[in-house]
Amino acid sequence: MSILINATTRVICQGITGAFGASHTKGCLHYGTKMVGGVTPGKGGTKDENGLPIFDTVAQAVKATGADATMIFVPPAFAADAILEAADAGIKTICCITEGVPVQDMIRVRALLDERNGTKVLSEARNGIMLIGPNCPGVITPGPKTGGGTGASDPYTNAGCKIGIMPGYIHTHVSQSKLGKSVGIVSRSGTLTYEAVWQTSNLGLGQSTCVGIGGDPVRGLDHIDCIRMFEADPQTHAILMIGEIGGSDEANAAAYIKANVKKPVAAFIAGRTAPPGRRMGHAGAIIGGADDTADAKIKALRAAGVEVALSPADMGRAMLKAMRLG
Amino acid sequence: MWEFLNGRAALSYTPRMRIYEYQGRDLLASYGVPVPAGQMIESIEAAAGAFKMVTAGQASPLAVVKAQVHAGGRGKAGFVKLVKTAAEAEAAARFMLSNRMKSPQTPPEGLEVKRLLIAQAVDIAARPGGGAEEFYLAVTTDRGTRRNILIASREGGVDIEQVAHDRPEAIAKVPLHPIAGLQPFQARDTAYRLGFAGKHAGQAADIMLKLARLFVEKDCTLAEINPLVITAGTGGAPGPVMAIDAKFSFDENAIFRHKDIAGMDDPGEQNPLERRAAKFGLNYIALDGSIGCLVNGAGLAMATMDVIKLHGGEPANFLDVGGGATEEAVTEAFSIILSDRAVKGVMVNIFGGIMKCDIIAQGIVNAATKFKNPDGSTGFKVPLVVRLEGTNVEAGRKLLEGARGSLPTLQAATDLTDAAKKVCAAVA
Repeated sequence: MSILINATTRVICQGITGAFGASHTKGCLHYGTKMVGGVTPGKGGTKDENGLPIFDTVAQAVKATGADATMIFVPPAFAADAILEAADAGIKTICCITEGVPVQDMIRVRALLDERNGTKVLSEARNGIMLIGPNCPGVITPGPKTGGGTGASDPYTNAGCKIGIMPGYIHTHVSQSKLGKSVGIVSRSGTLTYEAVWQTSNLGLGQSTCVGIGGDPVRGLDHIDCIRMFEADPQTHAILMIGEIGGSDEANAAAYIKANVKKPVAAFIAGRTAPPGRRMGHAGAIIGGADDTADAKIKALRAAGVEVALSPADMGRAMLKAMRLG
Repeated sequence: MWEFLNGRAALSYTPRMRIYEYQGRDLLASYGVPVPAGQMIESIEAAAGAFKMVTAGQASPLAVVKAQVHAGGRGKAGFVKLVKTAAEAEAAARFMLSNRMKSPQTPPEGLEVKRLLIAQAVDIAARPGGGAEEFYLAVTTDRGTRRNILIASREGGVDIEQVAHDRPEAIAKVPLHPIAGLQPFQARDTAYRLGFAGKHAGQAADIMLKLARLFVEKDCTLAEINPLVITAGTGGAPGPVMAIDAKFSFDENAIFRHKDIAGMDDPGEQNPLERRAAKFGLNYIALDGSIGCLVNGAGLAMATMDVIKLHGGEPANFLDVGGGATEEAVTEAFSIILSDRAVKGVMVNIFGGIMKCDIIAQGIVNAATKFKNPDGSTGFKVPLVVRLEGTNVEAGRKLLEGARGSLPTLQAATDLTDAAKKVCAAVA
């Protein structure tokens, strides 16, 4: 089990004929994701290099392939429209990898998605549309390693799903983990997520699902949404949350954890040494007020009983400690 | 600025571009917001003419000369001056254009002033009960509610952060509908709450609506009028509501659809190394320490700074090479890091995803063979600690091992802690 996606998820790529879209569609196929097609307006009726059908619109793609998830790689100027097109076509899991989407576009997108979902809390919407990102690495539900991952005919796993740009092989399915436990990982950062995955894998843990929610100030899923889903997922034994400076998402998550979460939770907050007022790469990663600092977030998380790693090298160990395994 | 409003994280921050005061005035005027007559000048000679133009029709001419720089503290530094004659305007212009402005908000060497704004000095109506009729208006994005909000206060012209901190009730926050924007009834209601009456209430509401429309249409991250005033007028009757000073910043991610705003960018004010990095798609921020960092991914780059600090070192920079960096970009990244003379050691931390470890490794080797030291020799002299993991890691490690000859200071690290310990020991 997992959250958001699993081995049966049928995925299309919006922007499949672009350089990134094409190369990551291949990457997902090699991992074992059920990629079923792609969308590029004007290229409908053709096939990509992997033989996947290309459609002019998402609605056509959904009708022909039964896709229920999408991976968006279109340029930033068109990303908001691509998200709304996917939502309108009935796609439930929308993963927007595109970086650099204007904030005003995302304000409108979130308002329209919230209206459709009938709630402001994405994960509380029953059968709702889940937006992941933008500016994120994507989401992966690892499967057991069953192949070499060298091609679509020799995928890495026959029971996993990767939607995004993360290296698949660093993840571990619970059946192949030494300790037989799996953690759910949620993070605002890309490569820092890989670091956390790698550490947990090396320490003998598996991962149920890893969600990169992205580093933008207005986005789809927040930490709290993913934590709620992980808490409800029977195959997730513990939760690892990776945050950073800026915004109040982690503080909100801390309050939520304190009131609602029974599973062990560990966390790391990046940016303890970041100077105020400077944007550290991610649009959302800037210290504004006192609650924005890493230390304020760490304090709130500790008060909620979360095991906080102070060094990024200790994320895996903090998880073990929270699980009373280390 | 909004960074410390309420000491809270209520507001949103995005990559942003700032414009000068005179450009902000022009932007407001283009939306029909009344501003005092003003002119931007770039030479001492232009000052007298500008003074005459902006004070035309005034019974007793009075203008203000203001240095156009992206730093506060202008008044105390003598870079904002009231002038009564063309000769005084010229003297003020001479001082500001031939001296560097130094304030607590500028670098120690100060900022060069290239442009001045000469604007008509406007008399502000007295507020019944004391003080002047000065108000505060701003629109920004509240990331907590995912809405744009109008922020308004009866206490303008002063330090709004202090007001927000001491008396949050003195600040009105009005959410804008994400699709429909600010509605006229909301603006009117806010105007009355601020104490505007009669025709001034209508004028103030109109300005709020225009500011809100400007904010959304131009993809601002902040649109601020401070102060908004009721002018003193003539013959005892108060004059119209007017915006005296304005501040804007813009979402850099949306600049592609605003050629007019993009044209206002003045890269001259950016740190030269940061400017060079931006050309290569590198995200670089100069800091004060001695350990240069080269990392892929913003979160990992921040975490790398943290782990260095945890082991007693001080990072010299934040540098995210991004996901699609080429060998050339990596070579440039090294050159930028090592241009900072304070750098005594470099830590490379790469977790390959999109970025392949062998590309980084080749970039390191190229950089080392091409890098010229001040004494004319090539190669890195400073200690270099490299930690590679992820996509194509074996190929990357092999490349580095094979190039040991040109990388005499190279130390390979097995993990994050090992890398941080090694680089901190090397610069200690």
